[in-house]
Amino acid sequence: MKPFDPRLPRYATAARAHLVLTVALGLVTTGLVLAQAGLLAHVLAGHGAVAATLAALLAVVAGRALAAYGGEASALRAAALVRSQLRRRLIARAVERPGRAAGEVATLATRGLDALDAYFARYLPQLVLACLTPLAVLAVAAGVDPLSALVIAVTLPLIPIFMVLVGLQTQARTERQWLLLERLGGHFLDVVEGLPTLKVFNRAKAQAAIIRDITAAHRRATMRTLRVAFLSALVLELLSTLAVALVAVEVGLRLLSGGLPYEKALFVLLLAPEAYLPLRNVGAQYHAGMEGVTAAQRVLDLIEAPEPLGARRRPAAAPATGEDAPAALADGGAIRGAASGTGTGGAASAAPSGGGTTGGAAIRLDGVTVRHPDRDAPALDDVSLTVEPGERLVVTGPSGAGKSTLLAVLLGFVRPESGSTSFETIPEDEWLRRIAWVPQHPHLFAGTVADNIRLGNPDASPDAVRDAARLAGAAEFVAALPDGYGTDVGERGLRLSSGQRQRIALARAFLRDAPILLLDEPTAHLDDENARVVRHAVERLMAGRTVVLVTHDAAWTAAADRVTGLTAGRLREMEPA
Amino acid sequence: MTIETTLRPAVRRDPLLRLLALARPLRGRLILAVLAGATTTAAGIALLAVSGYLIARAAQHPNVTALAVAVVAVRALGIGRGVFRYAERLIAHDAAFRVLADVRVRVYRKLERLVPLRDLRSGDLLARLVSDVDATQDLFVRGIVPPAAAALAGGGAVAVCAAILVPGGAALAAGLLLAGVAVPLLSAGIARRAGRETAASRARLTTQVVDLLEGSAELRAYGAVGAALDGVHRTDADLTEHARRSALARAAGAGLGALLAGLTVWAVLLLGVLAVEPRVPLAVLVLTALAAFEAVSPLPAAAAQVSEAGAAAARITGVLDTPEPVPAPARPAPPPEAPVTVRLRGARVTYGPVRALDGVDLDLTPGRRVAVVGPSGAGKSTLAAVLLRFADLDAGTATLNGVDLAAYDPDDVRRVIGGCPQDPYVFDTTIRENLRLARPAATDGELRAAALDARLLEWIESLPLGWDTPVGAHGEAISGGERQRLALARALLADPAVLILDEPTVHLDEPTRRALTADLLSATRGRTTLLITHDRAGLDEVDEIVVLDAGRVAERTVPARAPR
Repeated sequence: MKPFDPRLPRYATAARAHLVLTVALGLVTTGLVLAQAGLLAHVLAGHGAVAATLAALLAVVAGRALAAYGGEASALRAAALVRSQLRRRLIARAVERPGRAAGEVATLATRGLDALDAYFARYLPQLVLACLTPLAVLAVAAGVDPLSALVIAVTLPLIPIFMVLVGLQTQARTERQWLLLERLGGHFLDVVEGLPTLKVFNRAKAQAAIIRDITAAHRRATMRTLRVAFLSALVLELLSTLAVALVAVEVGLRLLSGGLPYEKALFVLLLAPEAYLPLRNVGAQYHAGMEGVTAAQRVLDLIEAPEPLGARRRPAAAPATGEDAPAALADGGAIRGAASGTGTGGAASAAPSGGGTTGGAAIRLDGVTVRHPDRDAPALDDVSLTVEPGERLVVTGPSGAGKSTLLAVLLGFVRPESGSTSFETIPEDEWLRRIAWVPQHPHLFAGTVADNIRLGNPDASPDAVRDAARLAGAAEFVAALPDGYGTDVGERGLRLSSGQRQRIALARAFLRDAPILLLDEPTAHLDDENARVVRHAVERLMAGRTVVLVTHDAAWTAAADRVTGLTAGRLREMEPA
Repeated sequence: MTIETTLRPAVRRDPLLRLLALARPLRGRLILAVLAGATTTAAGIALLAVSGYLIARAAQHPNVTALAVAVVAVRALGIGRGVFRYAERLIAHDAAFRVLADVRVRVYRKLERLVPLRDLRSGDLLARLVSDVDATQDLFVRGIVPPAAAALAGGGAVAVCAAILVPGGAALAAGLLLAGVAVPLLSAGIARRAGRETAASRARLTTQVVDLLEGSAELRAYGAVGAALDGVHRTDADLTEHARRSALARAAGAGLGALLAGLTVWAVLLLGVLAVEPRVPLAVLVLTALAAFEAVSPLPAAAAQVSEAGAAAARITGVLDTPEPVPAPARPAPPPEAPVTVRLRGARVTYGPVRALDGVDLDLTPGRRVAVVGPSGAGKSTLAAVLLRFADLDAGTATLNGVDLAAYDPDDVRRVIGGCPQDPYVFDTTIRENLRLARPAATDGELRAAALDARLLEWIESLPLGWDTPVGAHGEAISGGERQRLALARALLADPAVLILDEPTVHLDEPTRRALTADLLSATRGRTTLLITHDRAGLDEVDEIVVLDAGRVAERTVPARAPR
C-alpha cells in the first residue's frame, strides 16, 4: 500500500486553498531559516555592522514565528475541512445505502477520521515540501559554494533511493506480520467482553496467565516488525546526518587550506541540514501518513461502495420491458385514476381530521417479484394483490415468508424485480404522505416523547400529540414519566419498554392520520398485558382506513375483512376468521 | 510489586502516578531508553557544535592534526545519532509492552472479580476500558521517555554554554524551560479543553447517526429525512468550529515555540558578541544554543499524550478501586458434591430502589426441570445471577445441599451450577475452541455428543472447515440460531449438576425458537434444569412453570406434561 490514495484529492476540494497556503508558508519558513543562517554566519564571522545584522535577525525571528503560526493554523484548518467534507459524504452515503451498522458509521464519522489530521496537516504538506525545499536550498548553496552544493546534490538522491530499497525489503515482512498483530491485539478485548461466559464455566481465572502469554507473544511479534520497520528511519537518519558531517569536514578542510572564507563556510554548515530536513520530516510522518490513508480508505470504500442489488429506491418510473409491458400499460390507466382519486385523500391527511378518510383508490400489485441480493429464492414470488379502499387485509405467514418485504414494496422502499404496482408513478413523497406505517420494531429517536410522536407532523400542537397518545393507549404511562411528554426517551428509546415504544409508534400513526395504514407484527414480542393494550389501540387506528397488517399471529384474522396467507413469497387466499 | 506494596491503602494517589508505579519493575529498561534518547538528541546538538568548532578552528589555519579529533567526532556523532535513535525506539516500545502485559493482567484479575457488575454490562464501556489499558503503551513511548531525554540533553547543552559564557547558559536555560515546559503545558491545556468540547459534539453526532440509519425507514416513511440530515449538518458544523478554534490555539503554541527558540538564540548571540568572545567559543556557544531546541520539539505532543493518559489512568484506577460485589468467604465451606439440591426461600435482591427479586421461593431437586417465565425486567436473570453467585441476596435464604450458598467459594458453586448465560459470548476462535471452553479436557467424542444434543453436529460437519471453522469476532460469521445452539452445546458439554439456561431462544424467529425449545427440552431430560424464558409456548414437558412479575412469583403451575 502506498501512503497516498488517488481518490483523496477529489474529497479534499474544500481544503485546497489551505493546503496551498500551508506549503507556501513552509517555503517561506525555509527562506527565513536560510536568511537566519546567513545573518548568524555574518555576526559569528565578526563582519561589519553587528547592530544592523542583529536587528535584521530579530525581524527574521518574528517572521519565523508568524510563519509557524500561520502554517500550523492553515494545516489544521485544512484537515478539519477535509474531515467535515468526508463526514457529510459518508453519512449521506450511509443514508442512501442502508445496510451498514449505525455504530460503525458513527465511529468512522468521528474517531475514524482523526487519523486524517496527521495526514492532511503534516504528511501531505511535508511531501510537497520535500520535493521543493531541497531544490531551493541547493540553489542557494550553489550561489555560495558550488563544491558544497555538489556534495549535497550527490548525497540528496541517495536518501530516496535507499528508502525505496529498504522499503522493498521490509514491506513484505511487515504486511505478513500485520494480520498476526491484529489478531493478537484483539485478544484482550475478546476475553474481557466474554468474561461473564468464562466465569460461568470457571475458565476466567485461568485466562489471566493466557493474557500474559498472548501479550508477550504480541510484544515479540511487534518487536520483530518494529526492528525492521525502524530500519528505514535509521537509514534516513544515518544518511542525512552523515551527509551533513561530510559537508562539515569538506568545508573545514578547505578552510584550512585557505580555499574558503569563514563566513561562507559557516553559512554552508548552517544551510546544509535544511536540505535534508524535509525528507527526514516525511520519514517521521510516514506512519501518520499510512494511518491516515488507511482511515481514508475505510471511509472512501464505504462512500464509493458499488450499488447493491434490490433494496433500492425506486426510480421515477419502473422500467417496463418485454411481456410485462402490456400489463404495465394497462395498469397505467388505473394509476391515473388512483392518482386523481387519492388527491382528495392527500388533502384530507394534510389537515388532520382524527381519522376516517380512506385512500380513495385501490392499492394494486401485479405479478410482483422481489429478490434480495445473495439469496436464490425470491422474497416475493409473482405476487398479485388488490386492497380496496377501506378494506382491512391481514397477511399471515411464518417468519421469512416475505411479509416485511411485502410492506416494503407497498411503501415503495423496495423496487420489484418484475411486475408492477398501482403507485409506481406517484412521486415517493406524495405516496408516503398517504401512509402511516408501524414497523415491527419501531425506532424511537433521541429526544422527547412528544418529538417522537410528532415525527411525521413536526408542527402538530401539544393537544394533537396528547390526543394521538390517548388513542394509542400511551397517555397513561407518558403521564407517569418524570417530565411527561417532555421526557427524554434516551438513545434508541431504551428508557422505555418495548410495549411503550410500540404505543408511541402507534401514536405517531394516529397523528399522521393517513388514509392507508401498514402494520408489521404489532403485538409480537410483547407480554400479554402490553399486547392487549396495543391490540385495542390498533383496532381503533384501523377504523375507516385502508389497512394491510402482516403477522404470524393467527389471532389478528378476527380483525380482518380479508385474510391472505403468505408462504415462501407466494400468496394464497384464506377465509377470514 | 503490586499497587498494595507501593501505596498505603489509605492514600489514593494521582491515577497517573499509580499507573507509573506499575512500571517500576521495568525501571532499568526505561532508564536505558531515556539514556539512548538523550544521547540521540545530544549527538544532534553536538554535531552542529563540533562542526562549528571544526570550521571556526580551521579558519585559524592550524595544523591538520589539531582538527583530527573534531573530524572523527563529527563522523561518530553522525552515526551515533541514528543508531541511538533506533535503540531508543526499540527499548521504549519493548518496555511499554511489558508494562502493558502487567496492566492488562491486573485489570483483568479485577474485572474477573467484578463481572458481571451491572455498570460494566455495556460492551462500549468495556471496549473503552480496553483501549484505555492499551493506551498505556503510548504513555511510556511518547509521554514519559521524550521529556526525560529532553531534560538530560537540554541540561547538557546548557552546561556547555554556561562553561563558555555563564549569562549565555542562563539565557539558554530560560529559553529551554519556557519552550519545553510552559508551551507544552499550554498545548496540553488546550488539547484537554478541545477534547471535552469535541467529545460532547461527537456523542451528539453518534446519536444522530444511529437515529438516521437505524430509524431510516421511519424517517423516510414519515418524510423526516431532511430534518434529521439538517441536524447532522449542524453538529458537523459545530465539530468543524471546535476544530478551527483548537487549530488556532495549537498554532499559537507552534508560533510561540518558534518565537522562543529564535529569541533565545538571538539573546545568546547578543550576549556572546557583547562579551567579545573569540571566534571559536562564540561559534560553539551560538550553534549549541541553536541546536538545543531540537530537544524540546517533541514535548508539546508528549504533554498532550500525558494529559490524555491521565484520563485513561483515572478510568483504569476507577475500575481497580471498585469494591467486589460478591466477595469470597474467608473460610469457604467444603465444595458441594452432586447430586445437588438448591432451595430459595423469600429471596430478595435490590438494585438501588428497585426490588429485582422480592420474596421468591424455588426448589431445584435432582432431575427436576423448572421453567421461569415473565416479561423482561421481571427478575428472571437476577434469579440466575443469584444461583451463579453473581449477585448476593439482600433478604431470604439460598441453600445448596442445605448449606448457605454464600458460605461456599463462588468458584466451587459454579462447578456444580452452570449453563448458558443470557447473551452468551462467542469468542473469536474456532467452533471447537468455543465448545472446549466448557471442558478443556473433553474428547472429540464428547464434543460430538454435545453438538449432537444441541442439534449442531450436522451443520458443523457440513462446513468446509468443520470443527475448525472460525466464528469471527462476536461470532458474526455464524447465524444467531447457530450461536445460541453453540452456547447450548457448550452448556451441555460442561454438564453441571444444575443447568441454567437463560433465554436460550431470545432474538430468534418463531420457527427457530420453537425448534430450539423442543431440542433443549429433549436434551435436558433427566437433568436438573432451570429454564429462563419470556415465552410460555412449548413448555409442556417441564415439571413446574414459575411466572415472575416485577420480582414476585405471580403464578406457579404444573403443566399437563408429556409422558416422561
